[in-house]
Amino acid sequence: MHIPLGLILVPLAAAFILLALGRTKLRKPLVIVATTAFGLGSLHLLFNQLSKDALLVPFDETPFLTGFGWAGLLIGAFLLERCIRFRQPLAALLVLTQTGLAWWAEHLTHLRHNPVGVPLIVDHFSAIMAAIIGIIGGLICVHAVGYMKDWNHHHDKLPDRRNQFFFLLFLFISAMFGLVFANSLPWFVFFWEVTTLCSFLLIGYARDAEAMKSAFLALRLNLIGGIAMTAGWLLILHRGGSLDMLQIVASGDAMYLLPVVLLCIAGLAKSAQFPFSGWLLGAMVAPTPVSAMLHASTMVKAGVYVIIRFAPVLQDTMAGLMISLIGATTFLLTSLAAIGQSNAKRVLAYSTIANLGLIVTCAGTGQYNAIWAAILLVIFHAVAKALLFLAVGTVEHRLGSRDIEDMDGLVMRHPALAVAMLVGIAGMFLAPFGLLISKWAALEALIVVNPILPIFVVFGSSATLFFWAKWMGKMIGAEPGARPVPDDTHSLELIVLAVLTALVIICCAVFPWIAEVLIDPYVLSVYGRTMVIGRETMVIMSIMLLLVALLPLSLLYRGGERFRRVSPYLAGANYEHPYRFTGSAGKEYPMGMKNYYLAEYLPELPIRRWGTIACLVMMAVLMGVAL
Amino acid sequence: MTRNFLAGFAYLLLAPLVGALLAGLDRRITARMQGRRGPPILQPIYDVLKLLAKEPIGVRRHGHFFVFGHLVFMMAAGFEFFFGGDLLIVIFAFALASVFLVLGAYAAHSPFSHIGAERELLQMMAAEPILLLTAMGFYLANGSFRVEYIADHPTPALFLLPGIFAALAFILTIKLRKSPFDLSTSHHAHQEIVKGLTTEFSGLSLALVEIAHWYETIMLLGLFYLFLAPYPLAAVLLVAVVYGLEILLDNTSARMKWQWAMKSSWTTASLLGAINLIVLYYWMGTTP
Repeated sequence: MHIPLGLILVPLAAAFILLALGRTKLRKPLVIVATTAFGLGSLHLLFNQLSKDALLVPFDETPFLTGFGWAGLLIGAFLLERCIRFRQPLAALLVLTQTGLAWWAEHLTHLRHNPVGVPLIVDHFSAIMAAIIGIIGGLICVHAVGYMKDWNHHHDKLPDRRNQFFFLLFLFISAMFGLVFANSLPWFVFFWEVTTLCSFLLIGYARDAEAMKSAFLALRLNLIGGIAMTAGWLLILHRGGSLDMLQIVASGDAMYLLPVVLLCIAGLAKSAQFPFSGWLLGAMVAPTPVSAMLHASTMVKAGVYVIIRFAPVLQDTMAGLMISLIGATTFLLTSLAAIGQSNAKRVLAYSTIANLGLIVTCAGTGQYNAIWAAILLVIFHAVAKALLFLAVGTVEHRLGSRDIEDMDGLVMRHPALAVAMLVGIAGMFLAPFGLLISKWAALEALIVVNPILPIFVVFGSSATLFFWAKWMGKMIGAEPGARPVPDDTHSLELIVLAVLTALVIICCAVFPWIAEVLIDPYVLSVYGRTMVIGRETMVIMSIMLLLVALLPLSLLYRGGERFRRVSPYLAGANYEHPYRFTGSAGKEYPMGMKNYYLAEYLPELPIRRWGTIACLVMMAVLMGVAL
Repeated sequence: MTRNFLAGFAYLLLAPLVGALLAGLDRRITARMQGRRGPPILQPIYDVLKLLAKEPIGVRRHGHFFVFGHLVFMMAAGFEFFFGGDLLIVIFAFALASVFLVLGAYAAHSPFSHIGAERELLQMMAAEPILLLTAMGFYLANGSFRVEYIADHPTPALFLLPGIFAALAFILTIKLRKSPFDLSTSHHAHQEIVKGLTTEFSGLSLALVEIAHWYETIMLLGLFYLFLAPYPLAAVLLVAVVYGLEILLDNTSARMKWQWAMKSSWTTASLLGAINLIVLYYWMGTTP
């Protein structure tokens, strides 16, 4: 009963304490205590939820709505001040529109005098989301303690504003908890705007020109989403509908279609689908924990969360198909665009947009089995992507580069970090790991609905195969005899990476359990039926996982006593050293190898341009069919 | 269930044998096409036995690690297929096996095997859509992703999936790494990438790669068998014709560039495979 409220309030309190304390030695223990508290709280909620129906938290929401109204005005004023200071007229206009619309909607809601009786609800889906926020988010906060120390060291010209950084991070977590528990639309919209604010401030954290540019881009695009969302809220009021989200989903009333489409447009913006995807790429200038938390595991998931929540309304509608197509197009094109990237964070960013696209594709259909696959994707993607982002961040501080080409032989130089990254990457695209299980479920679900959607998925996932595998190859290709480099990584960072690596594997091992006790009950409660996976499929997945786990045993075989190490084949022109050869004019050359990026064939900007154009057209159709 | 396990284990035991004989036959026919006598049919087996007896040398001590994974998952994929399991899982396990081979080539850290690895990944990317579309097609045609149901379905899928069948035949060349798509490695070590992918594999590692390739060939041919599964004799004939054409093509064409491999296979996939799928979906929708 008190846990949902506690989960919102604990990080909020921690945020303000961390802000007030300024530079302090207490930060590390405080962060650890607070994250442990809400991490355990979210776990408790998850396990408590298993055997029960939705947990309702009824109370009078009226005073809160007034509070949100004023807080919304404050946020609006703050953002407006920023826009004016940085001369961003368009952003200012959007802030004004959004704040004005929200204030008006708030006012109308009061007038209607029809408060939602149960503003907060915890069902299986929100419990899953809360566990992702609590555990993954908590781990990222802990990692940030070590990471930001390094970051400050690398950016020594900037003043130490880490108290603000952690304030925003915890404020964000509080808002995310609020967002997934909200059952009252005004609450949902309010927390949504808080996440936009946090994202804006965290992207602009470094305050240089590039950071501010990216921050304002994110702000503008997300405000467009926010305006769509508020318009949806107003429209429901105008049509005399209910603001109770569960009721909207359950009613099956066609009058909710257009408002829901507007909410889904906000979801598309937040989950960086075309035509909104530009902001997520820009957001990569933020410190890596921010990318891991907001732009991979949690905030962008809020975007798909809203679409999954309202998916039943989209079932068998043209609007739903359009949303699916936008997701599918985004999945295909961003997967192709990722091939051309050698900047590790950009690869991760594109792959994140792609996976969100796949989730949107599933969610837009509104079919029970596709929703099932979508939730599974949300879980596995959150875990694996958080690991990958954090690992890339840590590796970047060690190598001084985030270029994949510089990760040559990482497995020898930084074995622990390399193993974490290899597990993360395997988790993204290889059987029997999580994302592949989800992709399998997605394909099986989509083919029933529409033949065009799986075709996009099939081509897109072939592209993901290419860019992930070549990245793995880069890390494991090492000169023999290379030795580990002394490592001064913060111990907290290493612990978090180890836990997340274990989580990627554990989630795969317990996947049947996750499916049965977490996803099935939610899908059943909404649709009355759920995806059935054959027991045999689960067994074969487990066997494959076991095989992968046993594979390192083959390392015990060391080639026997007779093993003889030889130089690699360099067309017979080896020059004493195994990696030097005699080239033209008899001169000595070092050997070097680079990966394929196919930039000539898959140019990034045209791909994005066409994606944007195609999805803008689809959005126009979407609005057209929903009106 | 007993039947499933029998078929699965029969694959594990017999596939390398049949695969080796097929490879021997391939070499014999190839030789005849080139006006040579050719080696004995059992030559591939002699080769592998010889490889196993070779001195263990390598660029890295654990060079066999990934190759071992390659073989294990190739066997797992084939087992799942002949067991009658989910076709998508077969394809995913197959992809995992192929990725292991590529990683083995990367790990050798040698320029020729590196290029081979990159090209093999391109070939995988080229072929993967059609493999997955094939599974989609079988689902629409026979109502299941499970190989056993597809095989037991009374109407042969070939008539419903002609486009997908043609597309699959197209990428079989890529998967078998035969000319014109022997980009990542080939049987002829005198070419520009030497032995590509397998340059740094020797002895045990190379033997394992060969054995895995036998497993791979049988599983891929099994996929073709499925198209005519209700008529076993016709299905075997179909497989023989497909493989015979592969050999003919291998001997009559020169290696293409990877750009052409990518473009042609994705075009084929979308033109033949995807259109077949879409037409079938709406056609099945109208005929209950």
